[in-house]
Amino acid sequence: MTISVASGKGGTGKTTVAVGLALALEQQVQLLDCDVEEPNSHLFLQLEPELSAEQDSKGQSEAKAGVRSSEDFSILVPRIDQDKCTACGLCSAFCEYGALARLKDKLLVFDNLCHGCGGCKIVCPEGAITEAPRPIGKLVSAAVPGVDLLYGDLNSGEVLAPPLIRAVKRHIGAAPGGTEGPPVIIDSPPGTTCPMVTAVKDSDFSILVTENTPFGLHDLELAVEVLNDLDMPMGVVINRSDIGRSDVEEFCRKKNLPVLMRIPYSREIAEFYARGESIVAADPDFRRRFQEMYIRIEELVAERRAVK
Amino acid sequence: MKICITSQGEERASNVDPRFGRCAHFCFYDTESSEYRFEPNEFATGVGGVGVQTSQYMAEQEVDAVLTGQVGPNAFKTLNAAGIEVYPNAEGTVESAVQAFLAGEFEKTSGATGPARHS
Repeated sequence: MTISVASGKGGTGKTTVAVGLALALEQQVQLLDCDVEEPNSHLFLQLEPELSAEQDSKGQSEAKAGVRSSEDFSILVPRIDQDKCTACGLCSAFCEYGALARLKDKLLVFDNLCHGCGGCKIVCPEGAITEAPRPIGKLVSAAVPGVDLLYGDLNSGEVLAPPLIRAVKRHIGAAPGGTEGPPVIIDSPPGTTCPMVTAVKDSDFSILVTENTPFGLHDLELAVEVLNDLDMPMGVVINRSDIGRSDVEEFCRKKNLPVLMRIPYSREIAEFYARGESIVAADPDFRRRFQEMYIRIEELVAERRAVK
Repeated sequence: MKICITSQGEERASNVDPRFGRCAHFCFYDTESSEYRFEPNEFATGVGGVGVQTSQYMAEQEVDAVLTGQVGPNAFKTLNAAGIEVYPNAEGTVESAVQAFLAGEFEKTSGATGPARHS
């Protein structure tokens, strides 16, 4: 079962919910932080400080609880063999992103414009195009008791979040023997554009986190529209549910969206958050509430499957 | 000599379009025949790399010089590699820009004049 945690508006509490749910469940879970432009689920898991490259090369990064290991993530960009290239222009005509310019007798390649699709290599009739890796970010993994964490960390200035998000999601593991693997919780980037769609796609269920404000409602409406287009079953968590004023509850009733949880505004939760500690540490009752929410989601997914 | 002026409209009295890659129209001016020819910029609504695509088109049209507002780094690199001169900071009408160019009032740039833009 894969559950994605998303929201139209940033700062509503996606990470609070994703980490809270991951820590509350009794079984081992995979937590995938797909908010690759600003991953921060790991901040709430009390990981060891990151090793310097020097320490790392001394082999101290063995699989130990809370220790991160990371690898570069690259996309493949074209390299032109100018001897074989006839400047026919098929590759630059194919490229939607202007990453290849055909001039009279040569080709210019713009690595920063390339989306790494590999199409130019396929259309080249001369076999003049090979591919070279260009790192755009890192894949980082760490394990703490109960949670296998994996996140993407996009390099500053890079815009290609979706390929890195797909790379994180390729690590969704099935259990040995082909049976369904452990629960997977995806912390999605905020918003309603390509990175969010890439993160939530193929989930069994999406939790939309919102807040009781006009901004929260406005962006919730947008997120619901996107998820409806994806035919995604969903439910809503209202954070800081007892302050602000908007029609979130009424909207959910009208759209027949289950409100899965209401998290009241609490100084205690905020204090724990400020120290980088999870909501389930702040208030142990949330352990039970997240477990119940998970069971409810399982039921909603089963109902939906029965209807189909 | 063939020059291209980025234009907001299809007439000599149209204003120069300050954008290069996403300009609305191209005006091709032939210094020998003194003829103006306008056409819409089909790359203007592209998803990305528009400066590169427009620059490649300039090379295909065998343009010798470009008269525009600003050019970004990708466009400049492409135009430069194609041997096309770039004269930035053009303004006013297309016709007045051409006259000013012919009078030698423009200075060509040896680098990009603005940042790359995504849209």
